[in-house]
Amino acid sequence: MAAAESSPLPPLLAMRGIGKKFPGVTALAGVDFTVRAGEIHALLGENGAGKSTLIKLLTGVYTPDSGEVRFADTVIRPASPRDAERAGISTVYQEVNLIPSLSVAENIGLGRQPGKFGFLNWRALRRHAKAALARLEIDLDVDAELGSLPLALQQMVAIARALDLQAKLLVLDEPTASLDENEVAELFKIMRQLRAAGLGIVFVTHFLDQVYAVTDRITVLRNGELVGEYATAELGRLQLVSKMLGREVSDEEGHGQGGGVAAKESSGGIPLLEATQLGRRGAVHPFDLQLRQGEVTGLAGLLGSGRTETARLLFGIDRADSGQIQWRGQPVKISSPRAAVRFGLAFCSEDRKTEGILPNLSVRENIIFALQAKRGAWRTISRAEQDQLCAHYISALRIKTGSPETPIKNLSGGNQQKALLARWLATQPELIIVDEPTRGIDIGAKAEIEALVAKLRADGVAVLFISSEIEEVVRNSTRIAVLRERRKVAELTGGEIELHRLLHEMAGVPPKP
Amino acid sequence: MNTALRQRLPQMVTAAIFVLLFAAAGARYANFASAANFANLFIGNACTGITAIGMTLVIFSGGIDLSVGAVAAFTNIFVAVAVEQHGVHPLAAALAGLAIGTGFGAAMGALIHYFKQPPFLITLAGMFFARGCAHWISTDSIDIKNGFFLQFSRYAAKIGGVPVHPLPAYVFLAVFAVGYLLAQHTRFGRNLLAIGGSEQSALLMGLPVGASKIAVYALCGACAALAGLVSTLVSGGDSTYGIGMELDAIAIVVIGGTLLTGGRGHMFGTLCGFLIIGTIQAAITFDGSLSSWWTRIITGALLLAFIFFQRLLLRATQKRLSA
Amino acid sequence: MSAPVQRRWRGAAALWPLAGILLLALANLIYNRQFFSLTVKDGHLSGAVVDIFENGSVCMALGLGMTLVIATGGIDLSVGSVMAIVAAVAGVLMQQGYSMTVAIAAGLGAGLLCGLVNGLLVAWARIQPIVATLVLMVAGRGIAQLITGGFQVKINNAPYNYIGNGFFLGLPLMPIIATALYLAAWLWLRRSATGLFVEATGDNETASRFAGLAAGRVKCLAYVVCGLCAAVAGIFASANITNANPLHDGLDMELDAIFAVVLGGTALSGGRFNLLGTYLGAIMLQTLTQTMYYVGVKSAVAPVPKAVLIILVCLLQSETTRRWLGGLRRKKARA
Repeated sequence: MAAAESSPLPPLLAMRGIGKKFPGVTALAGVDFTVRAGEIHALLGENGAGKSTLIKLLTGVYTPDSGEVRFADTVIRPASPRDAERAGISTVYQEVNLIPSLSVAENIGLGRQPGKFGFLNWRALRRHAKAALARLEIDLDVDAELGSLPLALQQMVAIARALDLQAKLLVLDEPTASLDENEVAELFKIMRQLRAAGLGIVFVTHFLDQVYAVTDRITVLRNGELVGEYATAELGRLQLVSKMLGREVSDEEGHGQGGGVAAKESSGGIPLLEATQLGRRGAVHPFDLQLRQGEVTGLAGLLGSGRTETARLLFGIDRADSGQIQWRGQPVKISSPRAAVRFGLAFCSEDRKTEGILPNLSVRENIIFALQAKRGAWRTISRAEQDQLCAHYISALRIKTGSPETPIKNLSGGNQQKALLARWLATQPELIIVDEPTRGIDIGAKAEIEALVAKLRADGVAVLFISSEIEEVVRNSTRIAVLRERRKVAELTGGEIELHRLLHEMAGVPPKP
Repeated sequence: MNTALRQRLPQMVTAAIFVLLFAAAGARYANFASAANFANLFIGNACTGITAIGMTLVIFSGGIDLSVGAVAAFTNIFVAVAVEQHGVHPLAAALAGLAIGTGFGAAMGALIHYFKQPPFLITLAGMFFARGCAHWISTDSIDIKNGFFLQFSRYAAKIGGVPVHPLPAYVFLAVFAVGYLLAQHTRFGRNLLAIGGSEQSALLMGLPVGASKIAVYALCGACAALAGLVSTLVSGGDSTYGIGMELDAIAIVVIGGTLLTGGRGHMFGTLCGFLIIGTIQAAITFDGSLSSWWTRIITGALLLAFIFFQRLLLRATQKRLSA
Repeated sequence: MSAPVQRRWRGAAALWPLAGILLLALANLIYNRQFFSLTVKDGHLSGAVVDIFENGSVCMALGLGMTLVIATGGIDLSVGSVMAIVAAVAGVLMQQGYSMTVAIAAGLGAGLLCGLVNGLLVAWARIQPIVATLVLMVAGRGIAQLITGGFQVKINNAPYNYIGNGFFLGLPLMPIIATALYLAAWLWLRRSATGLFVEATGDNETASRFAGLAAGRVKCLAYVVCGLCAAVAGIFASANITNANPLHDGLDMELDAIFAVVLGGTALSGGRFNLLGTYLGAIMLQTLTQTMYYVGVKSAVAPVPKAVLIILVCLLQSETTRRWLGGLRRKKARA
């Protein structure tokens, strides 16, 4: 066994054959996950890989359907986060799960405050908190309100609380997502220190640089299955990315696939939207981007590379703090989705449930909604027109629904997605942004959506196509912008668009000539 | 800004407002700044103040209790009728009244927690229920003639040479002391703030969320019942007692710098809020030319001002963090 | 639940209060055989049913606006206080000799202003609806007292009082106006896309915004309409008793309005609304009150059954109960 080689002791955590099903989805199937004491272990995978489910199983938010969790050589079945904490597994989330309105000291001590006869000993509480922070070599005003501290410090406080609970295994779920470089360095220092003290650390992140900077081993998941466990030092960047994406590409092969649309034609319509040095702190570094009529621009990058953030800036959901946008050559301000829709933009969000569907409204109402919002309350679409629009899109996109009057929440994910596309197509957009349009939907529907994108391109619409399935990006795009770690790092056109090249750019490893 | 200071800012602002208001009224009206008048601030509003202590704890937890005025009225008439018309011993009647108020609060808390209903709705219905029950017991006003009771209601003392009936104020101060200890120096109080700050996080931190929520509504019911009991002593039984009291109690809490959405506040602020409302009322009485309704309007304006003030504080923090 | 079943269920939401009304009516028949009897007195219809419609008009008017606010996912606690303000404004103006038209216009204007304040606090300042409307709930009665100088104002304007007590074609005027308002609102909401926008905002505000809807304006509009409806209710109440009483007008009416909406099948969480349901809910509440009266329960005690009813309805609609019932059904299916 691998564990026997790296350490004479049994592993700290051994999850074996873990399976978890949700209605309609198998989130995890037969996954093994091993963490040894005194190591930092990266848990990696793209969307839908099962990372967060695995962590929730480990921390008692969910219970597994099958498999066994051994921790410190005993079988545990945590039924709640409290159980997991008692066993010695503590978690620090990206969105810190503490109470922002209470002081640092209280947050560290909450639920376990020292005291006598039911009354708290505030002095002891402060002392205790100071000591807990001192273990991390942090000097902080423990009376400060947690919410008034930068997120990085809040995370340190969360770690201090976790350690104060006598944790043997620390799970850090995307702790670096909103930290700057110095803060990340500080966090790494602490992680190394804890590793030296014999803690096991599970580290979830989207940043490959960080994986190589701090971790000892890597476990990669994909689509709810285990891809493998590797020593970080022995796994190259390109191999890692290939494994995450499920594409075995070596340096020698790989040429010749791809060049889907690009090789055939490069229409080069007029530039519809031009972004110059558009950026937002904490979201995406300033970038240039041109979206042309009759072109599909792919936006490729690993999860967390800033793809969605880019789309949100363009659509006016988040305000850019640098750069400008030109629409048909004119400088414009897109300050809200409403303004964007008026210009003729459309944005199909990746988060169908919270940003897309109106769950209790009918398929018909969902389809006509954007067009009606664009027209205002009084220029109504007559019921006959509505029915006609719906009938058209339901048959054109093959939306499977009992009737147009069914609440959209009763439809399958793929059909919801198609209805949302129909919503935007009905506004006859000049530029449509589709963010992960094929996620979580079956293969047939995927092909249909790809065909639709091709048709839009042929009709002269500008498309910004965002997907984590890179083959899809390669197949559909006439131009690809590559993002890495929130920076636009390359733009591929024509013959450059092929899988191998794209993988190299995404991983940040220059291709061999 | 120093973060610890920032946290206490709302309370300091209320305290400052009280001092300023009292000083201004003292300068304007003769005899306003006397010991007896200061004592009257506590006596006149004691019942509302008692309910405000319970309300503070409920609001800490992110909830609200609109039933306090009605529960006070119920206890008021219940005790009066039991003692005067059915010859129940006053102590037994008082204990029964307190027990009913507490149980009623606990029941509302259980509905709110287990059925995940909005607190305002359940306690609004609770207000209807309790008020209706109060009217059901009796719609007459009932004088207290029971000797044991009269002992308490006639209890008088001299403050600054002026005779007053200070019992309600003593009860208020006692409840305040208990409430203060609970809120600031027990796990229960801190858990309430944690729940109000983020119920999700509180659950993940393993705090007893359900029990705390039910307990806090029970406690608020108990405070309301106690206020009703005191009001019986002061003015006899009356089932229309305490209409609008819940709004005054909420106003006291919010003007005391407690965030109405929960998670942030201090019991000391509630004392200041209580004194501010009392000072406004007293000043209006002293003035003679101002009408009583100004109390409500000024209270509303202060309420709005504090809501905005808290939002600005929050925004300032966020801005500083993102900058 | 399959789609057609769900649709049928939604349509049936308005049937619940209807069933309640019938049940209450039956109970009434036992106590009072004349319950359904209608007589013509002084050239107009009179009887228990007529009374129910007449006395339920205030709640109907309030419920209309409240339905919209609740559909956007909000709540308006200030409607009772707004009624008092409106009655005071109208009463004082007429006392000073202004005509009914001026009084009503000013009253509606006051209601609109109150609604706008609430709407701006909620939509622009993004204050929680409960908190935002609490301010006016607290201050409103003080403002009403300020307007009347603390007194009750006797209203001697005959045409104005006719609104509250008069008849049209033998039928009481208030319910006619209330019903007309519902029809107008229904036409406005369903013939324009406003109803859709309201429902979308309550159903998923983020998604609505991302689809290009100015959700803030929709919310603000709902509060303005709610203020206007409260104004109508205030005019009804003061015309009916020919008196504007700043302390008593609309007291506890916010409860009745919310209850009528919930009874009518509009969920407090927002989204789909049902105007007919609210209309029937208001009638049901009034039937309940009237029944209490016939049975001999003191009017002051009538809130008790109301409170019990609303709690039961809320608990029945809650997730917990549904899960529990679902569990029972599954168990039965397995057995």
